[in-house]
Amino acid sequence: MQAFRFAGARLPAEAETARAEVRAFLRKDREVGGWEPHRTTWTSFDADFSARAGAAGFIATGFPKEFGGKGAPMLVRFAIAEEMLAAGAPCGAHWVAERQSGPQILRHGSDRAKAEILPRIAAGECFFGIGMSEPGSGSDLAAVRTRATRDGDGWRINGSKIWTSNAHRAHYLIALVRTGPAGESRHAGLTQFVIDLSKPGLTTRPIHDLAGNHEFNEVFFDDYYVPDDMRVGGEGDGWSMVTAELAFERAGPDRYLSDIRLLVSLIDEVGGSPDRMEAAEIGRMTAHLAGLRRMSASVSSMLDGGASPITQAALVKDVGTGFERMVPEVSRRIRRTEPGPDAPGDYAQSLAETVLRAPSFTLRGGTQEILRGMIARGLGLR
Amino acid sequence: MTRMMDASHPSEADGMSALVAEQAERLFDRLATREVLAAADRGEWQGDLWTAVEEAGLPLALLSEEAGGVGLDPVGAIGLVRLAARHAAPVPLGETMIAAALWGEALEGPATLAAASAPDGHGRLTRLAFGRNAGHALVHVGGDRLALVPLAGASLTHDRSLANEPRDGLELSGLPADAIREVPGIGEDGLAPHGALIRAAQMSGAMERALDMSVAYANDRVQFGRPIAKFQAIQQMLAEAAGHVAAASAIVDMAAEAWGTPDLAFAAGLAKSRAGEAAGRVAAIAHQVHAAMGFTHEHSLHFLTRRMWSWREEFGAETWWEERIGRQVCAAGGEALWPAIVDITAAGARA
Repeated sequence: MQAFRFAGARLPAEAETARAEVRAFLRKDREVGGWEPHRTTWTSFDADFSARAGAAGFIATGFPKEFGGKGAPMLVRFAIAEEMLAAGAPCGAHWVAERQSGPQILRHGSDRAKAEILPRIAAGECFFGIGMSEPGSGSDLAAVRTRATRDGDGWRINGSKIWTSNAHRAHYLIALVRTGPAGESRHAGLTQFVIDLSKPGLTTRPIHDLAGNHEFNEVFFDDYYVPDDMRVGGEGDGWSMVTAELAFERAGPDRYLSDIRLLVSLIDEVGGSPDRMEAAEIGRMTAHLAGLRRMSASVSSMLDGGASPITQAALVKDVGTGFERMVPEVSRRIRRTEPGPDAPGDYAQSLAETVLRAPSFTLRGGTQEILRGMIARGLGLR
Repeated sequence: MTRMMDASHPSEADGMSALVAEQAERLFDRLATREVLAAADRGEWQGDLWTAVEEAGLPLALLSEEAGGVGLDPVGAIGLVRLAARHAAPVPLGETMIAAALWGEALEGPATLAAASAPDGHGRLTRLAFGRNAGHALVHVGGDRLALVPLAGASLTHDRSLANEPRDGLELSGLPADAIREVPGIGEDGLAPHGALIRAAQMSGAMERALDMSVAYANDRVQFGRPIAKFQAIQQMLAEAAGHVAAASAIVDMAAEAWGTPDLAFAAGLAKSRAGEAAGRVAAIAHQVHAAMGFTHEHSLHFLTRRMWSWREEFGAETWWEERIGRQVCAAGGEALWPAIVDITAAGARA
């Protein structure tokens, strides 16, 4: 029998305290920073917002105190993260650093990497990109060809990475590169390094998305030198670390709350007296949202308890990103307002932003089809 | 309607639920056989199965210990309803469990719940599940008032569900005063939320089983020289089904936790909506995977899927609840949505 249970997650009292604090912070910060919740998401890069959130103690609360954190349980971060997303805060600058790069360095990094980098992440001053995909290695991550070869007490890296969000304005990447033969499993010989984007040997080429936004880049490595103490984890451990990292990345609230602000502005656009169809469609989305929040909290709680619910995490992302794709489509069905990036009104703008972003929801962090393949494995089909 | 779970000893409550669930699993595994399901399908009441369910104390799961019940925590108790539905057990366990808990005492024989209200004991009760087999129907008669209507000797009109379970009608023309009790917290929603909760739980259980059967069948059935499980088209379909099963399971637990609180109607509505949508998709996928074989009466899949198709309509179909939820959400405004989601989905928030 394959019943994937999502036991109710009991968030600790300190998570609820943090939730109240971050809500108050965000209410005020919205005026300070002048950000517009209906247009901003966890991919909106706003270094000033991150600095303010870091100064207020809302980033990387799980890091130990010596590295700028509070040693708080993972579920505290969960509560803060979901509140930031729900408020439409522009948390894209620090998001990757806090969600996955920082925790990887904390677990597997050198003393120098931890001391130099982690406190800056917690302060909201240090931003990361993800260096996994390559032109010939998208869903098939094991096909990585960018190579690091030994050079004295360090390594020389040659190759390229693609779809690297914010490489033009982040400080570091964690890059997955080949350091040895792939072996029969194809998973051997991969190692992760922290790449300092300010050092020579790198060229960054912008890639504009379909809406003209510049988030993506291609990053070329030309004899780029990285000292050995910027290696993250053991030589050849890259594959297992990346798969573990992806599990953490998959079940988070950013996998179902990407367009929550569209839903919020839709509700306000509809107003207090919806017709039957408006009410029913909004009710249906509310039910999806409730189920997802329950699932996401449950997986975060399992991860916090040391379990590795890989299939459950994949389920959250599959169902969650499917919901994200549904929100703009359902919105269109119940309102006649045309999307317009410069149209008057939050709803029209939010719809425009979301329709143009929606294709990425079911691609980033593993396509829906790859995830369903993993779920199928969990079900015992492969 | 006392919440019996002692919040300071959740593990004790969980342990007790697990013990009862294990016992119930063995019971249904042994007694809800294909023969029993087929006989029920022909319209025969499965009295032996009901007697065993009753002797195991399952209908008393939600009734407090002081009132002579088992006093399981609501998630554990509703979990038994889900478990019975995994076996397509043709008995009104959920209805009887709810009726005993709300009436505040153990009832004689199986009971059923009226979906619609009968103001002051007048009106037509329709589609009473297992009405002809039940000792009583619990009926909302307005405000916080419920009536326990004896069904023995009552003149019922007979109808049936898509799974050929009895769904009977009864004309009520007044009730004696002693058949009516005040049950605080019921309100104008009557028994719709309670019925929605158990139907959602049943759909969750039946779809779990339908998914299990589909996975087993896909691994077993060979076409083009290999098990069809090896085809990505099949894998993707079943993965989608697993997502629906997971979401339904999670939201049913959420709704069960709202038992005995003012949030029950909202939570049960969310669960009925989400589980109902899931049931439709999972039944469709299960049949697609089982192909022609699963469409036969000889195969057992229909014992589950016909029930799922009935249950999604009963006590308010998806759209009925969605409209109601949507009106509430719109009235509260966009900014109130997220705090409401956090509150309703927080486990143990009300314990």
